[in-house]
Amino acid sequence: MPEITRDEVAHLADLARIDLDAAELDHLAPQLSVILESVASISEVASDDVPPTSHPLPLTNVFREDVAQPCLTAEQALAMAPEVDQQRFSVPRILGDEQ
Amino acid sequence: MSTSSNVIKQTAAEMAAALADGTTTSVELTQAHLDRIAAVDGAVHAYLHVDAEGALAQAAASDARRSDGKPAGDLDGVPIAVKDVLATQGLPTTCGSKILEGWIPPYDATVVAKLKAAGLPILGKTNMDEFAMGSSTEHSAYGPTHNPWDLDRIPGGSGGGSAAAVAAFSAPFALGTDTGGSIRQPGAVTGTVGVKPTYGGVSRYGLVALANSLDQVGPVTRTVLDSALLHELIGGHDPRDSTSVDAPVPGLVAAATQGAQGDLSGLKVGVIKELGGEGYQAGVQQRFQESVDHLVAMGAEVVEVSCPSFVHALAAYYLILPAEASSNLAKFDAMRYGLRVLPEGVDSPSAEDVMRASRDAGFGDEVKRRIILGTYALSSGYYDAYYGQAQKVRTLISRDFEAAFGRADVLLSPTAPTTAFKLGEKLDDPIAMYLNDLATIPANLAGVPGISLPSGLADEDGLPAGVQMLAPALADDRLYRVGAALEVALTEKWGGPLLDRAPSLTGDAS
Repeated sequence: MPEITRDEVAHLADLARIDLDAAELDHLAPQLSVILESVASISEVASDDVPPTSHPLPLTNVFREDVAQPCLTAEQALAMAPEVDQQRFSVPRILGDEQ
Repeated sequence: MSTSSNVIKQTAAEMAAALADGTTTSVELTQAHLDRIAAVDGAVHAYLHVDAEGALAQAAASDARRSDGKPAGDLDGVPIAVKDVLATQGLPTTCGSKILEGWIPPYDATVVAKLKAAGLPILGKTNMDEFAMGSSTEHSAYGPTHNPWDLDRIPGGSGGGSAAAVAAFSAPFALGTDTGGSIRQPGAVTGTVGVKPTYGGVSRYGLVALANSLDQVGPVTRTVLDSALLHELIGGHDPRDSTSVDAPVPGLVAAATQGAQGDLSGLKVGVIKELGGEGYQAGVQQRFQESVDHLVAMGAEVVEVSCPSFVHALAAYYLILPAEASSNLAKFDAMRYGLRVLPEGVDSPSAEDVMRASRDAGFGDEVKRRIILGTYALSSGYYDAYYGQAQKVRTLISRDFEAAFGRADVLLSPTAPTTAFKLGEKLDDPIAMYLNDLATIPANLAGVPGISLPSGLADEDGLPAGVQMLAPALADDRLYRVGAALEVALTEKWGGPLLDRAPSLTGDAS
């Protein structure tokens, strides 16, 4: 069972798009190691012939009739947006200078 | 005790009867609860938002329907509280998180729409662990809820607000959600009743998802019958939730009424060997054993069943849940709704910079822990060892249930291993916190329904303990039958409802 290092936690936080500062990394990294240790036993439990369960109901391909339903108006959809411009969500720049 | 405090101590069923025979009005009931909230919620903090104006307007509309002789249903006019993880149009919905502070949904969750259509005034939104991650409500970004039995103790979680509101008589009943025990464990530690329906039995449209393969909406009440009434109201297929079961809800109120007759002859009860003994508080075990004895006295046959894979349930859960949660919470990207924070000292920050800063500022510690854990469990190289294995364990747990239900109609265990612990005691010890859900998690992993009801007060601390019953998927009615039978026997033994023994809160003297 690999221990989860502070650097790995920093990398995972980056993948999860969360800015963790140094103090948070110091605090969270050891806790995550302890949690991982406590769930480590799981890798030994089930043999190869046990099928995985992703969902407690055996549901596949639920269909509905393709009919128009009432939906949110643009005003309703935009009402809680941090920033709106010309009836659109306004977002910070997506590309950098080098792109 | 004044009239208004007598009014709020009634069960929801009694309130419905009083509305039907004209001895009270919905405005009177709703006002009595708002008064109660004003008197005690400063100390309990069950509510994140109280909608006095809206609730009274809904109550007045309900009274008008009644005087026209056209009530929308049996519960028309009985007020209710709603966990803050369910979307309520026009009312703030924060999920206990700073990232959704001030968010007002433009639509109702299906269960909320059903409450409104049935005429139940919504008193407000109840406190919870942030995004339902926790067992104590201490992970709420808006401060913890306090247990009405002892204000220095936790009310359970994540739905501690709903359970505490109901235990403190600040609402007759409430909606909760249960992903790993968030309805049942708070029920156990506050001396109230809570039901996690069969997976898919209640619509989740408008529920802010924590873990889609585990979440379920359910009732939080003071009696088994009230849970049955609420469950029948919210249950059933919803075309807007493709995971909801397209099958009729079994007669739950009828089952509760039948069970209350106290005859359980022919019933087979299985006591789950793995959910008891070491790690379970002595007083919790004693009350549990007494509950089993009561069932036997009413004619049930008890067998011990073994579910060997349950010992791995906690580990499987703490891989599957973070994996699903990390994916679900990716939607909080500061672009379309929710908190947007600009990073300090960055000129012209990019969308990604803003996303990182917003998620850091908006999420609390436990949410960050679980997102990172989930990201890890889903990473290539670890996926098979963790997430893949956890899914296999899930199969083994379902097989254990299948075998156990071959030998017994319902399964029994204590709901939580201990009574309510002190606020702050386990806040920074995730593993100790996670252990609270040991007995409730298997039901979520397998999708089977469960109920928790009070089993009494533990001798060593005088705090409530709970007994959990589990039934096969879609056999929720069995929980109500057996639960109502046990409730009658215990209430008789106690000489009244367990909550009568809870200490008075500020405002009881008024």
